[in-house]
Amino acid sequence: MLIKKADELRSSEITPESLYRGRRAFIRAAALAGVGLVAGSVLPASARGQERWPRGKKGPYDTDEEPNTYNDITHYNNFYEFGTDKSDPAEYSGSFKPLPWSVRIEGEVKKPATYSLEELVKPFTLEDRIYRMRCVEGWSMVVPWRGFPLADLIKRVQPTSKAKFVAFETVLRPSEMPGQRDAVLEWPYVEGLRMDEALNSLTLLVTGLYGKPLPNQDGAPIRLVIPWKYGFKGIKSIVKIRLVEDQPPTTWNIANAHEYGFYSNVNPEVDHPRWSQKSERRIGEFFKRKTLMFNGYADQVAQMYSGMDLRKYF
Amino acid sequence: MKSFDWTRRVVKPAVFILCLVPLLTLVFDGLTGRLSPNPISDITDLTGIWTLRFLVITLSVTPIRRISGWSGAARLRRMLGLFAFFYVSLHFLTYIYLDKFFDLDDMIADVSKRPFITVGFASFLLLIPLAVTSNDRMTRWLGGKRWKRLHQLIYIIVVGGIIHYTWRLKAGYFRPGVYAAIVGILFLYRIIVALRPRLAKIQGDSRQNAPNAA
Repeated sequence: MLIKKADELRSSEITPESLYRGRRAFIRAAALAGVGLVAGSVLPASARGQERWPRGKKGPYDTDEEPNTYNDITHYNNFYEFGTDKSDPAEYSGSFKPLPWSVRIEGEVKKPATYSLEELVKPFTLEDRIYRMRCVEGWSMVVPWRGFPLADLIKRVQPTSKAKFVAFETVLRPSEMPGQRDAVLEWPYVEGLRMDEALNSLTLLVTGLYGKPLPNQDGAPIRLVIPWKYGFKGIKSIVKIRLVEDQPPTTWNIANAHEYGFYSNVNPEVDHPRWSQKSERRIGEFFKRKTLMFNGYADQVAQMYSGMDLRKYF
Repeated sequence: MKSFDWTRRVVKPAVFILCLVPLLTLVFDGLTGRLSPNPISDITDLTGIWTLRFLVITLSVTPIRRISGWSGAARLRRMLGLFAFFYVSLHFLTYIYLDKFFDLDDMIADVSKRPFITVGFASFLLLIPLAVTSNDRMTRWLGGKRWKRLHQLIYIIVVGGIIHYTWRLKAGYFRPGVYAAIVGILFLYRIIVALRPRLAKIQGDSRQNAPNAA
């Protein structure tokens, strides 16, 4: 079976559509009517915190914050392979075929291999984790992902002593991904992590969302999630993972090295050259929130960057 | 007996309502949950893009009038220009309220540190005197020549608008490129019109000087 536990999701555990529709309609109406000032405070508590995912037990990596709705997470996406508008991935990813899928793992490893998605996932226990996701553009969400630590996979292929970085590559399928027919970015999309970042227990290979298989527009069938970095580091629809000795190129850095660094850690102190990173708008909320250092994951990751000048290595 | 004034009685009111359609659509979409999960960003984007569109439409009035010979077009120009100002005001209000929540320090930092906001803000400021001097009384007070000179600021404003749009994007410059191309054509048209008398004169001179001129 491809996505374990997928059938355990009861539809009752997802935020009821009527509830989140009603809530957002209210916020919209309030904002548009110009009485939005009070929206944040008058939202009834019953409409805010009652439907947690997964229900009941909170995992050690979960945030307490309210997850965004399935609809938000699947209809507000940056996935330029399907177009540059946020609505494009939901609209134009219908003909993308995430199955069958295979992932090549190679480079500085003792056991290079090409796995089918089933083989890749099989040895690991999938877990649900509710992570914050901060986009470099200044908005954020809370997402209940399902996946397994990248570290587990790396250990399985046995890295050599030369493996210092991990390079990732997205599938190149212009026939199914209309955005790849435009030279908006250099295709295929590539990303990279330093080895310690890749092995950090927060770094997740994700195959599911809200307990269901990952939808096309969110990076099906397998993507990366690194919650303390800006969202674009979370490369989607991965076909190749390569362990390498030197720092690998990354797509947004190739597009604009001045604005997007290799690390791209969430950092309210280091602005994007064209906008402030001090605050963010959580999707579904009216007022902005302060952006947290390392997106609130400093306890787990800050030590990896101690002594580094984060203005230089942004 | 005066003939029925079609431009005044029919065309102008119809265009007025048409100009309100983007706003009405936005309000309708907002109230019925048809905007994206980030509605404030939608409001910002839509009011911004309609400002640019109305600037371009206003700039096309003169060429359309000259080419089509329909003089009524000129009588729509002021209204179209004022709609550009109307949409940029909404855009600016969205920014100071829904994006900055009236945090003056934050706004000052933005305007001084972020080139795309600096350019957008400057273009907005430049549009204010044009809106203020759009009525008949102000036009008379300024006098035709000075009024015309002042309103040539729109050329700078529209270029500022396109730069503002381009600089806020992360990648993919096709759409602002389309606006730049249209504005380029409108500018070229004006340059040709302005140069034509001189070109004709040069041609005339050279013909006169030529031997055996007919």
